[in-house]
Amino acid sequence: MKKGNTVFFKNPPVITSFAAVCGSKESEGVLGEFADITLQDDMFGESTYEKAECKMLSSAIALAIEKGGLEEKDIDVLMSGDLLNQIISASFAARDFNFPFLGVYSACSTMSETILLSAMLVNAGYIKRAVAATGSHFASAERQYRYPLELGCTRPPQAQWTVTGAGGCVICNKGNGIKVVNGTMGKVCDFGVTDVNNMGAAMAPAAADTIMQHFKDTGTDATDYDMILTGDLGALGSRILKDLTWEKGFDISEKHVDCGEMVYKVIEKEFQGGSGAGCSATILNSYVFTKMNAGLYKRVLFAATGALLSTVSSQQGESIPCISHAVQLEV
Amino acid sequence: MTGKSRDNYNENYLNYVKTQDPPTQHLKNCAAAFGVGGLICCIGQFIRYSFEFAGFSGDELAGLTSIVLIFLGCFLTGLGVYDRIGRYAGAGSIVPITGFANSVTSPAVEFKTEGWIYGMAAKMFTVAGAIIVFGVFSGVLVGLVYLFI
Repeated sequence: MKKGNTVFFKNPPVITSFAAVCGSKESEGVLGEFADITLQDDMFGESTYEKAECKMLSSAIALAIEKGGLEEKDIDVLMSGDLLNQIISASFAARDFNFPFLGVYSACSTMSETILLSAMLVNAGYIKRAVAATGSHFASAERQYRYPLELGCTRPPQAQWTVTGAGGCVICNKGNGIKVVNGTMGKVCDFGVTDVNNMGAAMAPAAADTIMQHFKDTGTDATDYDMILTGDLGALGSRILKDLTWEKGFDISEKHVDCGEMVYKVIEKEFQGGSGAGCSATILNSYVFTKMNAGLYKRVLFAATGALLSTVSSQQGESIPCISHAVQLEV
Repeated sequence: MTGKSRDNYNENYLNYVKTQDPPTQHLKNCAAAFGVGGLICCIGQFIRYSFEFAGFSGDELAGLTSIVLIFLGCFLTGLGVYDRIGRYAGAGSIVPITGFANSVTSPAVEFKTEGWIYGMAAKMFTVAGAIIVFGVFSGVLVGLVYLFI
């Protein structure tokens, strides 16, 4: 059933198992305790950062399947994507597995989009089990979107730090775990922000739009949720999101948590917090799901945001179109 | 078509974002740049005096000093130290010749994985290329002015 932009699942698919891998810098923070694998070395024993990113993603997928007591043959499809050109990490990680792969690109909102799409397929009865996964790596993202790692340049105070990490979860038609109750498909929002160092400001309108659309379609408001989780708005973006929703009569400030804001322990050089597809993927697939299974959070609205730009578009002076997809998770 | 000509360009929002932006700490940045930049120049001067003491003079002296500074810039880039200095010092470590060395070495190190020719050698000037082009161009301009005065 669909109302507005929200799809309601008649047979809510269940997230039965999940896994997260994170880098060394990330393991200093909350992920250190909750992630399944924490890397000592960000190269993960590989020769390039791209290979390391691919291996992290592949490990997260394999571990999520294993933790659910499943085998490769039980999985009907893998939905994944990442930030690199031609989503190479996801496609190359899929090479390691003997099940179909559907590649998705939605920048940093890939986690919520893959969960939403997998849940749609499972709910419709086309498949029984899907894996949704994504990841990112600081060094490979930095090289593609910004400057070489060793270049001695400064970062502006609005900048964020791409999370090194990957997360994945198995979405089944039955079982025990976290139910995906409904999901809101996001619209592309562009308020004309052109500063590539200010992703929070660019993405906040998309998050606000999707969250308010979700409230409208489901007839709920912020008080109905234990947590409203956004992906990587960072400190600045979160402030803007709260202002934008407040302006329209929704006060989410009590319930809003941003993965980017919570991922790093020390405010060292990451300024506004973490970013990247791996940011929401690692936090959701470790801390949030663990706490939900423990009963701490009963109802979570997960709305990751993504900036749909490329280096070409930003150099040509285009503004940054952004998107946010939301899924409502319940235990 | 740029964002500015589109309907979704939202001037109010952009003005609002500006009020929310954390301010750049100009005074602190300038002080860090001045301190570190000055220190690099002092080191350069020390190297120059050392070579002078060893009996070099003129073009040889200037050349040797630059070579040593460039070497130090490259070496510290390779060790992964220069980017940390740069993050703190900003222009203080970008403007001296060591910064130029860093801008050539860092992509060379980064793109080594794509091979020696198309990776390291070809990408070596992705950052420094602009500096070279505009450096040469402004050199020509100044030369022309100098010629006619």
